[in-house]
Amino acid sequence: MSPVLSFNDVRIRFRGDNAAHAAAAVDGVSIHLVKGEIFGIVGESGSGKSTLANAAMGLLPSSVEVSGSITVNGREMIGLGPDELRHMRGSEISMIFQDASASLDPTWSVGEQIAETVRAHRPVARGEARARAIELMGEVGIPDAAARYNDAPHRFSGGMRQRIVIAAALANNPQILIADEPTTALDVTIQAQVLKLIDALRRNHGTTVALITHDLGVVAQVCDRVGVMYRGRLLEVGNAREVFANPTHPYTRALLAANPAWAKRGSRLPVVPAEWSVETPDFANAGGTT
Amino acid sequence: MSDLLRVQNMRKTFVTGGPPWKRQRLVAVNDVSLSVPRGETLGLVGESGSGKSTLGRCILGLVPPDSGSVVFDGIEVTNLSGRALSEFRRRVQPVFQDPFGSLDPRWSVGRSVREALDVFRIGTPADREKRVLELFDRVGLDPALVHRMPASLSGGQRQRVAIAAALASEPELIVADEPVSALDMSVQAQILNLFMDLQQDLGLATIFVTHDLGVVEHVSHRVAVMYHGTLVEVGDTDQVMNRPQHDYTRTLLAAVPTLAPPTVQGGTHAQGQH
Amino acid sequence: MSGRAIMARSATPSGRRPMSASTRYILAGGAILAVLGIAAAAAPLIAPYDPESMAVREVMGVPSLLHPFGSDVLGRDVLSRVIYGLRASLLISISAVAASLVVAIPAGVLAGYFGRWVDSLISRTLDMILVLPAMLLAITLIAILGPGSVVAAIAIAVIYLPILARVMRTSTLVVTRNEYVEGSRARGAGHLRVLMTHVIPNALGPVIVQASVLSAFAMQLEAGLSFLGLGTQPPTPSLGGMLSDGRDVLTQAPWVEIFPGLAIVVAVLGFSFLGEGLRRAFDPRGVAE
Repeated sequence: MSPVLSFNDVRIRFRGDNAAHAAAAVDGVSIHLVKGEIFGIVGESGSGKSTLANAAMGLLPSSVEVSGSITVNGREMIGLGPDELRHMRGSEISMIFQDASASLDPTWSVGEQIAETVRAHRPVARGEARARAIELMGEVGIPDAAARYNDAPHRFSGGMRQRIVIAAALANNPQILIADEPTTALDVTIQAQVLKLIDALRRNHGTTVALITHDLGVVAQVCDRVGVMYRGRLLEVGNAREVFANPTHPYTRALLAANPAWAKRGSRLPVVPAEWSVETPDFANAGGTT
Repeated sequence: MSDLLRVQNMRKTFVTGGPPWKRQRLVAVNDVSLSVPRGETLGLVGESGSGKSTLGRCILGLVPPDSGSVVFDGIEVTNLSGRALSEFRRRVQPVFQDPFGSLDPRWSVGRSVREALDVFRIGTPADREKRVLELFDRVGLDPALVHRMPASLSGGQRQRVAIAAALASEPELIVADEPVSALDMSVQAQILNLFMDLQQDLGLATIFVTHDLGVVEHVSHRVAVMYHGTLVEVGDTDQVMNRPQHDYTRTLLAAVPTLAPPTVQGGTHAQGQH
Repeated sequence: MSGRAIMARSATPSGRRPMSASTRYILAGGAILAVLGIAAAAAPLIAPYDPESMAVREVMGVPSLLHPFGSDVLGRDVLSRVIYGLRASLLISISAVAASLVVAIPAGVLAGYFGRWVDSLISRTLDMILVLPAMLLAITLIAILGPGSVVAAIAIAVIYLPILARVMRTSTLVVTRNEYVEGSRARGAGHLRVLMTHVIPNALGPVIVQASVLSAFAMQLEAGLSFLGLGTQPPTPSLGGMLSDGRDVLTQAPWVEIFPGLAIVVAVLGFSFLGEGLRRAFDPRGVAE
């Protein structure tokens, strides 16, 4: 099966190369996502997981150097012009973020925002866009979607807002959804529902999902495969179950062991060795002596 | 066992903002009673809006409850003032979630740790300097960092500073509100270890407020579960986590992602291309 | 600072840190204000003539070596009058803003920190000042107290009070939300101590920026009042008053109008640069560059 979303030896460097920026960069990452899989990209701060996702969407500022290749359905994303990028975003690849409220305009009704997304890519009549928006709202599990079409974002709970953002992201049937910490701001009970929704999308539409998270539990819950990142490098890739059962990289092993859910109650948690810490002294110093 | 802290029938309401005709009274904490024995850790769990943080702030005396009582070491503390309030504050200290917001950005971290010593006038200035260095050592920080500004420390280092600041006045009870939620996993483990060490070495009682059941299970002797302002279940950690009595506790536990392998569903994509 | 030096630095990023835009603004504004301030303070020493002494033979004299800025309708030396006028204008605008700050900082801090009825009381009182147009308010005050430089300063201070207090209130609200404020209370610090050690030092930035920007407007406001004859009273020179005098002879002796006008422009520029630099320096996002 040919990959739907492919990262080939992607390197990302921020100009003004001080230690903090170097830590956020991406250093030769190759990942290939096949159709219909949920691929978890896990890592701590500074691992470069979000930078990688933003690069796939063409969302990095032009001052950032991106080399290597990122292909969506065989089409190279690096170096695309703004118009082509706009076309790709939404119709082929879509992204949702941690903070759903920031993705929604507080002064517009949620229905109109989804309908607008529909119309941004296809010349459909308002009525049709509206119908499609209500359909999408129903699909992501907003009860009584038609009646809530005209409600403003603040009338929805955090979990419902994230569903609306997902509905907007799906408006034009993209084959790929990048979800950057989609449940981090949500309560666990709500998180479980949103993860279930993402899993349902994959099963009903064959959507390929890149799920970026710091939470190993989330990966274990929904991901087929997982890639572990640390300081811009991909340390380990594999079937999620196998990686968790038999981590081959010492960092993955240490990270799993540090999870309190795994350790015996009240015991000292094994600490990630200093050489794999995200808080080495030079990283701490990067904040600067301003 | 004597209870260090006993909260009885506490109730706290807030009036929402906005124009007067739209204001509503929200019940943040509704008739909550609980107790914490000396040297024990009580995990206080709940989701956002459950009232767990408000309860913590009421216990610290930072927010006055509408009704109910807080008895600390046999003394009713809800309406203390002056010297008695000051003495209560010395013995009960907070640790907050945000390692960026809990330290004054204009103060060196050493000064932040020394604040309680200065306010409570503990020891001579020279004693205080010495004590600050001891506290840095105690929480696993290089004493050479005392003159640093918070901006030049990592999140984990800042949280250690915040804990050192809380320990300065030798409190008997720590109310920690989501102290590890903002930290990376690897750092979280270190801070949890520090909490457990302090508990053992200093015999501190701790109220550990968090949304993270994995964390709570690991550090707590007993667990209290809050839902919409009400305490729905309290008990030994074992009992609450393994034999929950209340429906909400069961829902909460079921929602937590476990590291057990995911159940097989649909096609698997066993071996990826490398 | 020469342009060449700045370019040389930015060409070698590995060298010393290039001077930030905020520093450049602060230095430029500070330098302008320092020059004007020293000139104003040392007016009796550097002014070539007595600003109030008239010379009939030199009425509307063209700028010359003896009178670099020319002389006015009464034969007074314009340069000397500009120097003294600057002194009056700077003194009035700076003391007005300072007086305003003395009231606005405590009012804003109390409103923002204590909230509830304290906030309502302070904010509503300030709103009453804010609803009146600035000039109208000034003229009303002067109508009651009589014209003069002190009254002009008071009027300006009153006009600025609600603006500065509001800025202070807002930044206090933001700072108070930080956990270190609550933490300090829990460490046993009383309200006064929390305010003095944590809240005010951290909340002061925006109000200082605002004050330096408002000082620029105060110069203009003072000039406007003097122009209307409501500020500094003749024969004491003031920049606004000089503009008023020069208006009648604008075509015959433009220098009588131009030089005090330029002095106002330069002073306003100095305050604006300083304000902009401080704003950038205090900007928490540091994106202003």
